[in-house]
Amino acid sequence: MPSWPALASQAFNGLALGSLLALVSSGLTIILGTLGVLNFAHGALFAVGAYAAFVMLQYTQSFLLAIAVGCGFMLVLGFLLERLIIRFFYGRPHEDQILVTYGIGIVLVECVRAVFGGNAQRVPTPSWGQGATQLGFLIYPTYRLQLIAIIATLLVGLYLVLYRTSMGLVVRAGIENPGMVGILGINLRRTFLLVFAIGVVAVGLAGMLYAPVVAVTPDMGANFMAQSFVVIVLGGLGSFPGAVVGGLIAGEIVSLTSAFNSSYSEVMLYALMALLLVLRPQGLFGSEGRV
Amino acid sequence: MSIARSGGLRSHTPELAILLTLIAAPVVLPHLGFSIDLLTRVLNWGLIGLGFDILFGLAGLLSFGQAAFYGAGGFVTAYLLVSGTLTSVWLALAAGTISAGAFGLIVGWLAVRRIGIYFTMITLAFGQMAYFIENSPLSHYTGGENGIPGVPVPMLGFGEHAIRVGAGLPMYVLFAVIFFGGYVLARRIVCSPVGAILLAIKENTARVAMLGHNVPAYKLTAFVIAALYAGLAGGLLGSFQSYMPPDAFALETSGQLVVQTIVGGANTLIGPLVGAAVWLWLRDNLQLIPGLSTLWKLVLGIAFIVLVVALRRGICGEIIHWWTERRTLSARQAAEAVTETIEAGRGAMEASSRKQRDTTLPLPSPATADSDIALEACALARHYGGLKAVDGVSFKVRAGTIHAVIGPNGAGKSTLFKMLLDEVSPTSGHVLLFGSQVTGHGVSRTAQFGIAKSNQLNQLFPNLSVRKNLRIAALARCRGPLRIDLLRTADSLVEVEAQIDAIMALLNLARRADTPAHILAYGEKRRLEIGMALATSPKVLLLDEPLAGMSPSERAATCALIRDIARTCTIVIVEHDLDAIFGLAERITVLYEGRLLADGTADEIRSNQQVQDAYLGGLHAHEPA
Repeated sequence: MPSWPALASQAFNGLALGSLLALVSSGLTIILGTLGVLNFAHGALFAVGAYAAFVMLQYTQSFLLAIAVGCGFMLVLGFLLERLIIRFFYGRPHEDQILVTYGIGIVLVECVRAVFGGNAQRVPTPSWGQGATQLGFLIYPTYRLQLIAIIATLLVGLYLVLYRTSMGLVVRAGIENPGMVGILGINLRRTFLLVFAIGVVAVGLAGMLYAPVVAVTPDMGANFMAQSFVVIVLGGLGSFPGAVVGGLIAGEIVSLTSAFNSSYSEVMLYALMALLLVLRPQGLFGSEGRV
Repeated sequence: MSIARSGGLRSHTPELAILLTLIAAPVVLPHLGFSIDLLTRVLNWGLIGLGFDILFGLAGLLSFGQAAFYGAGGFVTAYLLVSGTLTSVWLALAAGTISAGAFGLIVGWLAVRRIGIYFTMITLAFGQMAYFIENSPLSHYTGGENGIPGVPVPMLGFGEHAIRVGAGLPMYVLFAVIFFGGYVLARRIVCSPVGAILLAIKENTARVAMLGHNVPAYKLTAFVIAALYAGLAGGLLGSFQSYMPPDAFALETSGQLVVQTIVGGANTLIGPLVGAAVWLWLRDNLQLIPGLSTLWKLVLGIAFIVLVVALRRGICGEIIHWWTERRTLSARQAAEAVTETIEAGRGAMEASSRKQRDTTLPLPSPATADSDIALEACALARHYGGLKAVDGVSFKVRAGTIHAVIGPNGAGKSTLFKMLLDEVSPTSGHVLLFGSQVTGHGVSRTAQFGIAKSNQLNQLFPNLSVRKNLRIAALARCRGPLRIDLLRTADSLVEVEAQIDAIMALLNLARRADTPAHILAYGEKRRLEIGMALATSPKVLLLDEPLAGMSPSERAATCALIRDIARTCTIVIVEHDLDAIFGLAERITVLYEGRLLADGTADEIRSNQQVQDAYLGGLHAHEPA
């Protein structure tokens, strides 16, 4: 049995990982819910985001500026991908959508590898995130606390966009019933473009914010993508609240399990998913038979 | 009457071609940059690919978790050998393959419950789970990140005279022999009834279930077959490189398999092998070119996207397509010309002349007297939230009669119909077929009990020929919900073929036996839709608007057909054409706003004031609804 401070520390790690997974998964889930496309390039886009932060930081020396420019870059990338490739796949079988996004993922990762090489890059922690913070009974890295706060703000922002704007209303209606939205005379073309780009920016942001915590490599996104699949299966396909709650649950499971036996941390996550598939296949917030 | 069945040398052309290629490859291909070891590797990928192609190419199930079974087979084999538990490589390979199959059974049992995106995500997640299990909890056995070194090579023979299958050409020969055996077996599976049903599942899953096949069990069969192939390939990998690497379990491995299959061509069996050859050749040869060393995968990725966007069939698929297109172009053009003639209206006459022929169907005659109740709906209700689509409807259908269900739009006819074969489960109430309960068993069990339905909207297998469409239906009756007869050919069941021929004669489709369903004229598609329901030899046949969209002459012909069918089985029919209904049906049930309004003989209904008021709204009965 691990000590309480160790457990608390792991719980914070779980929160940091969980909020990150929530951000990655909400990008994945709004694309899936609205466009019906499971984006297999999501992991690659995560890595692209991290590299964008890496490059911009070298030019601007300011973490915030790097992130702002990086977001612009991800937005443009999202627009390009949707216009050039994804939009031709809305009417095709799910398998084709998965295959083409998987192909995009390979190309993105290999482009990154061709430019930056396969070796790990370091992104320094921003100046305002150095050191550790005293939290009563434990000391915790400052940047990770800030990470939790930043992502929470971003998720609230995404929530406001989805639930308090007319565009968000269209997106949520599109998740419920894309056919009906079209019948009502709303131009889904622009909405789809925007949703895809928002999803790309969300995952890119996650990559940028996480870059200072881990080694940045071209393949860093693959495991995050697999985990975010688990998250959206947990939360229910296409459900934004499901992605957030599922992300936090997944993060805590991985972190708390590793407090007891680190070799089971990832296994536990997938075991939970298997259990949920048997007991509640539509996920926590999903409705049966949506996808 | 029927086309030439399989058999003879010609049908084994693919096997011969593969055999010759496998023999020629080590002689020819090394000059093109393929080393013997590379060829052996290609065969290893091709072997997993055989199973994967049955799962993905044939059954349409895209798994991103094949690495789990590749790794499981590999590590079980390697562990048994290196730990000294088994000394025979062959036995260890068998054990590894079986373990992978057992693992596939568990994962598949969970995965095949879901379709499309869900299926892919679940397989991917289980693949990752297997990777982490290998890496940490089981690292004591698997070596974790280090893998298992020192896996021995197989021996041929016993004791002193045993021959070691060494690296290089001997290993290639071993892999080639196993691949060839695997290919022959895979082709048998594709040609078996199971293969035919898996292909139909890819075309139209719902219809396969409605015909009485146990769809999840067939999908699981394909999943386990794929896992067995992957397990065998994994076991061989360890022996080949005398080292079992942990990346066998990596997501990358599953992804590579998918890409190779698409590049080579899905549903061709050899596609994955060809794709692997392209992948590994590019990797090994582009790496030698300065400046391109890191770009080989980028080139592959772009090629992959182009293939998915434009050339969906892959290399082998395009070749096979071009070849068959060339051979069958004239036949297809002739079939399309016939369709145009029929659509132009001239075919209507010969469609009605069909009626003269008197065909006896090899159906079980209803072994019951006239007064028996074939189908009984007991207080059936289906509520959607506050909406009561059907609200406590009871009626009885006498055996051997034509029973019509009519009612204005929104009366609940379609929902009622779907409840009769348990396609939709009722909120309350139940359905009895000859006195035994049907409700709660699901649509495919219901089909096996003997209720078949022809749908309002055609639910055909559009790319399969008329004969194959009917075969899928007839196989359900003769083989039951599930039979794993992998080694017989799909067209070898005499009673099934006789049934198909009889039904094609009855429906006047014999001329179109080999025409793909999507080329048929509309009226022919409607007849095929009914024919598929009929081919399951139902006790009760449900016809949902069989006359919808037909021309007057086609209607007359179809009504005659329905009367023909009624001589051998009980019919329940929903139809808006009241002329036809009053001419056909002996008893009529009238629904109005989800409730039963009237139930009686055609004459009683015709003169029923309530029915006229509610349903016809004061109009005369000849106004089409």
